[in-house]
Amino acid sequence: MLAELSVSLWRGGKDGRYETYSVPQRASQTVLDVVTFVQRHIDPTLSYRFACRVGVCGSCAMTVNGRPRWTCRTHVSKVAGSGRLEIGPLENLPVIKDLATDMEPFFEKWQKAQGVFAPSKTRHEEIEQIRPDSPARRTADAAIECINCGVCYAACDTVRWNQDYFGPAALTRAWTLLNDERDAGGAARLQAVAAAGGCHSCHSHQSCQELCPQALNPTAAIAGLKRRTTAAYLKGEIKA
Amino acid sequence: MHRGSALWIAALVHRLSGLALAIFLPLHFLALGLAIDSEAKLESFLRWTDQPLVKFAEGGLVFLLTVHLLGGLRVLVIENLDWRDGQKQLATLAAAVSAIIAFIFLARVF
Amino acid sequence: MTMRLYLWQRATAALMAPLVLVHIAVIFYATRRGMTAADILSRTHGSIVWASYYGLFVAAASIHAAIGVRNVLTEWSPLTDRRAGLFAVVFGLLLAALGARAVFAVVLS
Repeated sequence: MLAELSVSLWRGGKDGRYETYSVPQRASQTVLDVVTFVQRHIDPTLSYRFACRVGVCGSCAMTVNGRPRWTCRTHVSKVAGSGRLEIGPLENLPVIKDLATDMEPFFEKWQKAQGVFAPSKTRHEEIEQIRPDSPARRTADAAIECINCGVCYAACDTVRWNQDYFGPAALTRAWTLLNDERDAGGAARLQAVAAAGGCHSCHSHQSCQELCPQALNPTAAIAGLKRRTTAAYLKGEIKA
Repeated sequence: MHRGSALWIAALVHRLSGLALAIFLPLHFLALGLAIDSEAKLESFLRWTDQPLVKFAEGGLVFLLTVHLLGGLRVLVIENLDWRDGQKQLATLAAAVSAIIAFIFLARVF
Repeated sequence: MTMRLYLWQRATAALMAPLVLVHIAVIFYATRRGMTAADILSRTHGSIVWASYYGLFVAAASIHAAIGVRNVLTEWSPLTDRRAGLFAVVFGLLLAALGARAVFAVVLS
């Protein structure tokens, strides 16, 4: 006789509610398996997102027992103490339906932080020689593996309290570009991250760093941005 | 819940202690300002603070001041020096040191 | 928070770190059993050192506390940024005025 999990899933939009389902427990079950079971065998109207289901795409991020995680990489046995699970959509983002959120604000802030590569050469010029062990490249590489899953954004209290705050992911991407020798974004990008809602709003709670499934450290990246913007400001390269 | 992590609590304690100190400061300044009226006024206020309950509150204030200072140093270090590991332990140590200093204060005044 | 506010807050914080350490030592000294107002005031009266030290402390604390309060209001209260900023300025001025008065009280009165 298989044990049964009691699973509460968020249904509806912002003004929805949790509904509880009974799901048979299986060995090596992941939270994504549980959500999928509900949609396939109990209620086909459940909306949720996933793609790769092996922990490389970041699409399946949801709030599991209060913590944002990749559901495909969260084993039920690790989180469902006493056989209960509560699964909701990622926080700090508008809910479209059930477990799917609207990622648009996340990406809009990405743009606001100028997390976009600004080329400095054309194909007719010589290729830059970037040493992989140069300090700048190492710094960029340490922060570059972000796949925009939104876990850090959902975990961040400053995002929750401050609507303008760009959030850890957008700022981390800006940081990698500032350390990229090929990038020509320069002072304009520093000005962008020094704006209201930029890096100075970070209080170093470090929820982002604790929860990033890629083991990135946005707190450190944002600290780097604070140092760079301060230096630029004191030199008159950017305005307050 | 990530909200219970040591560093999140450290940040919250930092903010709450700052708020408490901000509320306390005007009162502190007003008390000292009693000396403008007369030394006797200040003296009678100081004797009022000899009450055990007030002394406990003062111990609490010492804790708040120390914990806010140490929490602030944590932020300054993160923002201006290279990243270091072991921050959770440092944050817990900071809280312990603050408690010890407040305790020493109370031990001396009782 | 803007760049300028951030810098003022961090700068006053760094400045106050050693000031607070001295203050904690002063607290311990001034709360020894048997210390009277006369004992304290006789040490602070006419002292340029105490006036400068606490004058600086009051200025830094007023700025630091005002910016801190502004942050808390913008994040935890429904006030707009402008209103929060206004409240913070008034609060900072209040602290500075009361603090200057307190320094005057122990050094000059």
